[in-house]
Amino acid sequence: MRHRLSASGRRLGTLAGLFGLGVLLWALTPHFLTVSNLLNVLEQTSINAVIAAGMTFVIISAGIDLSVGSLVAVAGVVLASTLHAGMPITIALAASLAVGFAFGLLNGLAITWGRLPPFIATLGMMSIARGCALLFTEGRPVSGFDPAFRSIATARLLGIPAPVFVTIAVYLMAHFVLAETRFGRYVYSMGGNEEATRLSGVNVRLHKTLVYGVSGLASAVAAVLLTARLNSAQPIAGIMYELDAIAATVIGGTSLMGGEGGLGGTIIGALIMGVLRNGLNLLGVSSFVQQIVIGLVIVFAVLIDTVLKARKG
Amino acid sequence: MTDMSQPAPLLQMRGICKQFPGVRALDEVAFELQRGEVHVLLGENGAGKSTLMRVLSGACARDAGEILIDGRPVALHSPRDAQALGISTIYQEFNLVPHLSAAANIFLGREPLVGAGIINRGKLLADATSLLRGLGTTIDPGVRVKHLSVAEQQMVEVAKALSLDARILIMDEPTSALTESEIDELFSAIGRLTKRGVAVIYISHRMEELARVGHRATVMRDGRYIATRPLPCPIPTLVRLMANRDITQHFPTPTRRRGAPLLHVEGISHPPRLHDVSFTLHRGEILGVAGLLGAGRTELARAIAGADVPTAGRVVLEGRPLRVRAPSDAIRAGIGLVPEDRKRHGFVPGQSVAANLALPQLRRLARAGVVDRRRERALATRWIEELRIKTPDASARVLTLSGGNQQKVVLGKWLAAGSDVLIVDEPTRGIDVAAKMEIYQLLDRLAADGAGILMISSELPEILGMSDRVLVMHQGRVQAVLDAHEATQERVLQAALGLAS
Repeated sequence: MRHRLSASGRRLGTLAGLFGLGVLLWALTPHFLTVSNLLNVLEQTSINAVIAAGMTFVIISAGIDLSVGSLVAVAGVVLASTLHAGMPITIALAASLAVGFAFGLLNGLAITWGRLPPFIATLGMMSIARGCALLFTEGRPVSGFDPAFRSIATARLLGIPAPVFVTIAVYLMAHFVLAETRFGRYVYSMGGNEEATRLSGVNVRLHKTLVYGVSGLASAVAAVLLTARLNSAQPIAGIMYELDAIAATVIGGTSLMGGEGGLGGTIIGALIMGVLRNGLNLLGVSSFVQQIVIGLVIVFAVLIDTVLKARKG
Repeated sequence: MTDMSQPAPLLQMRGICKQFPGVRALDEVAFELQRGEVHVLLGENGAGKSTLMRVLSGACARDAGEILIDGRPVALHSPRDAQALGISTIYQEFNLVPHLSAAANIFLGREPLVGAGIINRGKLLADATSLLRGLGTTIDPGVRVKHLSVAEQQMVEVAKALSLDARILIMDEPTSALTESEIDELFSAIGRLTKRGVAVIYISHRMEELARVGHRATVMRDGRYIATRPLPCPIPTLVRLMANRDITQHFPTPTRRRGAPLLHVEGISHPPRLHDVSFTLHRGEILGVAGLLGAGRTELARAIAGADVPTAGRVVLEGRPLRVRAPSDAIRAGIGLVPEDRKRHGFVPGQSVAANLALPQLRRLARAGVVDRRRERALATRWIEELRIKTPDASARVLTLSGGNQQKVVLGKWLAAGSDVLIVDEPTRGIDVAAKMEIYQLLDRLAADGAGILMISSELPEILGMSDRVLVMHQGRVQAVLDAHEATQERVLQAALGLAS
C-alpha cells in the first residue's frame, strides 16, 4: 500500500519537476512561455518521446537498448531510399518499420538465444546498424522528398504540428499494450522476476525478443518523423539518441532494475528533457555546457531511484 | 567450582540461545571443545548446528549465553572478533578468488610487503609453501586457484585459516565433494593439525567416516543439546539420538483416499544431483519426499516440472508419456510446482496478488491478447476467498504480504490453473504455525479432491504427519519408499543418511 503511494508520489514529483522547470524558464526568459515556442518544444520532443516509449518496454523488462540511435539511422535511410526508388509512401513506411522491427528482433535474439547481456548485444548493434546505414548510402545523406511525405512533419491541425499527434497515438497504443495485454503483463513479470515468470509457463525468450522488436519499431517511427522534418535521411542521424531516451524513461520513474514503471512517467520525462534543452538554448547556454547539464540530470534521476530503493531495503 | 588440576577446555559454550521470527533456533545449547580434539557435531537439517557455528564464528549474534576460551569469557560479536580469537570457518562454498594464486589467496589482505604497497613475492611464496607443506600437500602455491581441484582448494582454505593462527577450525561437510583418496589426505591433514593442538569442529552427515576422524560427537536436535558420546560409538545409537523426538505438533486428520495411479516417473536423471529416480504417485495421495540437504529432492521437483530438462528417464501422466521441455509443457499437462525459494522462483514481488494468480493462466484470461480484467479480478477474488489469503485487496503487491500468505498466492496460481499434480517443495518453510496448519488442511483437501501431491520437506514431523508414503532420497537416488505405518523418524533418518535399514 505504502509502496503504491510512493510510486504515484514519484510520478507527481516528476510532474512537479516539469512544472517547476517551466516556471523557472518563464521567469528567466519571456520567450519560453509563447505558444510558438511551446509548440516547438512539443515537436522537438516528439522524436525522443517515441524512442523512449520503446525504451520503456525494454527497461521495464530489466534490459537496456543502446542501439536505438543507430536504428533511427538505418530505418531512415531505408525509408528515404525506398521513396527515392519511386515506391508509394505506404510501402516506404512499411519497409522502414519492418527494418526497425527486424533489427530490434536481432537484438532480442542475441540476448535470449545468444545469452548476451543486453548492454553488450545492443552496444554491438549500435555499431553494426550504424555501419549498415553508412554502407547502404555510401556515407551520403538521402535528401529531397515529396510534399505529401513531408506533411508527416509539416502538417498542422488546429495549429498543432502532426508529430505531436503521432506521438500521442504511439503513447496511447503503447500504453494499451503495456497495461491491457498479455504481452504487457509478461514485460512487467519478466522484469520483476524472470525465473518465476518462466516457471509460470511463460515463453520468456519469445517475449523478451519481442520487447527489443518493439524498441526497434519505435526507433523506426522516430526515423519517419525525423526524415520528414529534415527532408533528408542521414546515415549519421541519431547519434547519442539512446542517452535522451534512457534519460526520459528513468526520469519518468521506470526503474533500471526492471519490473516497474510506465509510459505516463516516460512522457513527462521526455518533456522534461525537451523543455530543458529548449530552455538552455533560449538562455544561450553553450552546447558544451548543455551536455554537462543533461548528464548531471540523468545521474541525479538514477540517484533518486537508487536512494528510494535503498531506503525501502 | 572448576577443578584446578585440569586445565580449562579450549572452548566452552554455555546456555546459548537464539530466536528467529517464529522459531527457537537455539535453546540453551552447551558445547565443549578440548585442545587437539576433533569434535563431530551431529543433527538433522534444522537441528541448529549451522546456527550454533554461525554464533561461534561471529556471523550471527546470540540472544543469551556465554562463550569461554581457555576458561575466560570472551566478547565475540563479529567475524573480526572470532578471527582475533583464532576461530576460522571453512564453508562448503569456499571463499577464494579463483584468478589469484594459492599463495595470494592465503595471504589476501595481509600480504608481506617490501616498502609501501609492494608485495614481497619471495616471502609470500615461501610462507605459503611452508604452510601447505605443513599440511602434507604438494600444491604449488604459485598456481591459480581456479586450476586446483576441490580438495586442493580446501587445503588452501585450511592453510589460510592457519595463517590467521586459527586454534579452532570449523569444517562444514568437508568431505561432501571429495573422492575416497582425497578424504584420506584430508584426514591425515586434520591429524597433523590436531597434533599441533588445533581443535576441529567437524559437521558431517557421513556416519561411516565419523569414527575415522573424530574423538567425540555431540548430537543436537530441534535447537537443543541432546548428548555427547566418545567415538567410536555404534551408529544406530547416534541415529536414535538424532531422531527421537516427541511429536507435539498436530496435523489434520486425513480426509483423502488413495485412488488410481496418476504420475509415473521412470529413471529420471539430471546429473550430478539426480540419478535414475522412479516412483508412482496416485490420485488422492500425498507422497512425502525426505532427504538431507543436497539429496536431490529439489532437483527431482524441477526435473518433473520442466524447470530443468532431465537428461534421461520419462514422465507418464495417466498413461500418456509427457515431453517436458519447458515449464509450459508441464503446466499444460497439469503439473504445478510450488518452489522451495518462494521469493526467487515463486512469484513476482512487485506485481499484485491478482496479476500473480493470473500469470500462468493469462492465455485463458485474455482474448486476442487483451487481458480481460473482469475475469482476472473474479479469479483473484475467488482464490483469495478460497485460500483465505490475508491481503487488503487483490491489487496489493505480493511483497507486502506475510510469508504464509505469499505461499498461498503461489499455491493459488496452480489451483487456479487446475493442476492435477502438485509438487510442493518445503511448503511451510518460514511460515508461522497457524498458516502452516491452514496449508496442511489445504493439501489434504486437494488430495481428497483427487489431486496427487508430491511434498518435499526437510521437517521430519511434517513428512511423517502428512504423508501417505515417504520416499527417502540419498545422494540423488531413491534410498527407500516407506508406507506411513512403517515410517518412523529413525527409519527415515537412517535411509536419508544412506544406511541400509
